[in-house]
Amino acid sequence: MKYGVNEHGYYGDFGGAYIPEMLYPNVEELRQQYTQILNDPGFKAEFEQLLRDYVGRPSPLYPAKRYSEKYGANIFFKREDLNHTGSHKINNAVGQILLARRLGKKRIIAETGAGQHGVATATVCALMGIECVVYMGEVDMERQAPNVSRMKMLGAKVVPATSGSKTLKDATNEAMRDWINNPVDTHYIIGSVVGPYPYPEMVAQFQSIISLETKKQLLEHTGNELPQYVMACVGGGSNAMGMFYHFLDNESVKLIAVEAAGQGVESGHSAATTFLGREGVLHGSRTILMQTDDGQVVEPYSISAGLDYPGIGPQHAHLYKVQRAKYVNITDDEALQAGLLCSQLEGIIPAIETAHALAYLEKMTFKMDDNVVICISGRGDKDLNTYIKYFNF
Amino acid sequence: MNRLNKLFESKKDNLLSIYFTAGYPELNTTVDIAEALEKAGVDFLEIGFPYSDPVADGPTVQHSSEKALANGMNLNQLFEELKDLRKRVSIPILLMGYVNPIVQYGIERFCKKAAEVGVDGIIAPDLPMYEYETLYAKHFIDNGLSNIFLVTPQTSEERIRKIDDLSNSFIYLLSSSSITGKNLQLSTAIEDYYKRVKAMQLKNPAIIGFGITNNETFSKACEYARGAIVGSAFVRFLANENYLEKIPEFVKRIRG
Repeated sequence: MKYGVNEHGYYGDFGGAYIPEMLYPNVEELRQQYTQILNDPGFKAEFEQLLRDYVGRPSPLYPAKRYSEKYGANIFFKREDLNHTGSHKINNAVGQILLARRLGKKRIIAETGAGQHGVATATVCALMGIECVVYMGEVDMERQAPNVSRMKMLGAKVVPATSGSKTLKDATNEAMRDWINNPVDTHYIIGSVVGPYPYPEMVAQFQSIISLETKKQLLEHTGNELPQYVMACVGGGSNAMGMFYHFLDNESVKLIAVEAAGQGVESGHSAATTFLGREGVLHGSRTILMQTDDGQVVEPYSISAGLDYPGIGPQHAHLYKVQRAKYVNITDDEALQAGLLCSQLEGIIPAIETAHALAYLEKMTFKMDDNVVICISGRGDKDLNTYIKYFNF
Repeated sequence: MNRLNKLFESKKDNLLSIYFTAGYPELNTTVDIAEALEKAGVDFLEIGFPYSDPVADGPTVQHSSEKALANGMNLNQLFEELKDLRKRVSIPILLMGYVNPIVQYGIERFCKKAAEVGVDGIIAPDLPMYEYETLYAKHFIDNGLSNIFLVTPQTSEERIRKIDDLSNSFIYLLSSSSITGKNLQLSTAIEDYYKRVKAMQLKNPAIIGFGITNNETFSKACEYARGAIVGSAFVRFLANENYLEKIPEFVKRIRG
């Protein structure tokens, strides 16, 4: 694959495994085994069976009639919000729990921002009867309280991350520290296409089911498996990478990744990584991250906990640098308005993360016969309080 | 031959190294602390430069890093404070910190500046071997800086041999696979690991770090290695008032 990873774990200038020696054996074990395990017919069969019977795949590709009328193009929603647990995160969680079991791990740890990945991980741990510890920023625990309760009900232990900005990056730090302290029996299920190699590649492969299905479904709907545009929101970038994956080598397909501008890219309260960031090292990979001139990581801001991350996955950094995908951004206000519009035009309340991708439609100019696929990465149940507060319902 | 090599040649055992975070508890004390530690009989030092996301560190070093950053510590400030280092301090000095601040400062510029102020080596815990060999080693070597690699109980023999090949001063032996600041619980497993590494007869001396907090843990470490490093325990000590005056007492407690 032209935009794929090389033998050292790099996508162009980005990636690698910048980890302390304490994590080397864990990461090396994964690196040596993941390709073989993922290609094992027994693993594939079990993964596909669970995605079908437990997650509810394939997720529909829904021709959004009223959106299509409004924006003057054929707009399709890839309905990851209809997955079990309500977002795309379950695809990766199922894949990694099966991997962890084959590696003989007895304990699972995870980080979570919006709580979607935490819920997905707690779910698959319940399914497999494996102990689960989820790290979540204290601030996120407050704004995504329903998901905290869901994780607890599923039997997971939720540990607040109280350092730094008390959001996703700090939860990731805490999970990494836990892994350093428990190197033998624990598998760390990273929820996005971030972290040291092989995580970005592994998570992208588990999420690539999204674009694999989309191609088939698009062929049925339109007679052509290739659309003109593919759009998704980006925090760390797992739904976007899953949505882009099988279109990467189809250069005619324009890929649009929507970051969170927060209160505006110039406001000092933003999470628009490619706009505000520079190259550096974050959470084990060389990528683009928001940082000071001295190389200290900047605390990002977005109303959406799932996009509130100062970096992007290394493959995204590469796609950005070589301009294979276009990286844009949307403010809190624009996203919330788009969430309302989608609710009232299509009867779908999207996650605020997803609403960022929807909001960018306002800034596009389409031709009438353009086919546009947007990844509806998650549903908005977890965000109801934020929507209610904003719109005064 | 840099100061580190000379030290390991002239003093054979019970080497004591101390780690502290520059800028904690306040700015402009780095050389004062270093000087006091040398006078108290410490053999070499690790001066940490703070990072916002220190994943290999426990609460003590995290806290000192946050405080140091809030005080305004960064690499420019640190090199400014170290300008006259070699007029006052003669023992070997290592800089220790995460790789992103080095990347932003510029690797070549960082190595030049470190050598210029009289630093002898670098410990960057999240700098991988592959990247060190392909991108960084040249600048370290050109500037006479040693790169210190970490070894944990989980590091394979093959990898320890490779680390030994790439090292030219000492190897940092972690007492356990953990973040910094945990108490060392000596177990037969840890002693077996120390013995295993000792039996490998590496060309570089080994120094044990992580979990060294008192005379008991220091003495035990010195049975298996050339010396040991005290980090979090000293950082915690720096919260005391008049810490500079009390440094000899602290060192005496470790040495016994």
